Amino acid sequence: MSNTVVLISILIMALVTALIRFIPFFVFGRKKTPAYIEYLGKVLPAAVMGMLVVYCLKDMRFDEYVNFVPGLVGVILTVIVQALKRNPIYSILAGTIIYMILLRVI
Amino acid sequence: MNKIRKAFVKTIPVMAGYLVLGLGFGIVLQNHGYGVFYALIMSVLIYAGSMQFMAINLITAGAGMITVALTTLMVNARHLFYGISMVDKYKDTKPYKPYIIFALTDETYSLVCSDDSLDKKDFFYISLFDHIYWITGSVLGALVGELVPFDFAGVDFALTALFVSIVTDQWIQNKDHMPAIIGILSSVVCLIIFGGANFLIPSMVVITVLLSLLDIIRKRGKANE
Repeated sequence: MSNTVVLISILIMALVTALIRFIPFFVFGRKKTPAYIEYLGKVLPAAVMGMLVVYCLKDMRFDEYVNFVPGLVGVILTVIVQALKRNPIYSILAGTIIYMILLRVI
Repeated sequence: MNKIRKAFVKTIPVMAGYLVLGLGFGIVLQNHGYGVFYALIMSVLIYAGSMQFMAINLITAGAGMITVALTTLMVNARHLFYGISMVDKYKDTKPYKPYIIFALTDETYSLVCSDDSLDKKDFFYISLFDHIYWITGSVLGALVGELVPFDFAGVDFALTALFVSIVTDQWIQNKDHMPAIIGILSSVVCLIIFGGANFLIPSMVVITVLLSLLDIIRKRGKANE
């Protein structure tokens, strides 16, 4: 691709991404928020965070230990430390370190 | 100053993830023959992690403009969700509103969606810091990435752990666990049916339908009491 075409492609990606992020605010943000959107605003965060966790783990394979044990142990340890300490710094550090170690030793 | 400190502490987990992922993006971009300039404008203007990795494929494959636009739409469609659930919270956030909407990534959303103690300045600083981490990581990656001797494999798990820690916190805080259960189960079922590349959009549809049904059923239950 020529540089101009690459730059135009980047601009298109930037515009479409921004458009997606702005659309809900244009559609629902004008007057008082509709009750249905207010309801979704309350329940979506918990549902969407669950979806994002699944999204992050989507490449897990159960064929060999190395393809699922690090991720599984990492997630479980993160949950335990977070539930006990209630501080994301500790839980994320613990989960990530055990994940990196298991990735190398299995 | 206090606000800046608060935002910094809150964004430390994202800093770890974004610096490493950004570094990875910069290195891959550099390997495909596009250097610091491209890393910079892509991370400033597009600012969407998985889309930017996809962008490298599109650019090197010489994809047409319509393909570029449609792929962006598919990869980033989940951001519609974030907007819908932030319409109310971001209502009175002038003059930061345009920027914090533009910068609403997965990770920034995860920090702002469930914390009720945040005001518009917090939203702004959190969004700005995350953006800076991402830009710094990708520019560094394009610049010196290959020279870094440390083996970073697996550091990007920090982002997974960030989301897991938030789900755990929300689970402990919320009395109502149905939204979380619906979110996780719908996504797992859709992942099994549609596969890793295509399951997000069906998941969002199923989640919206089930949450709406839940609302209707509960309202009926109350009306019958």
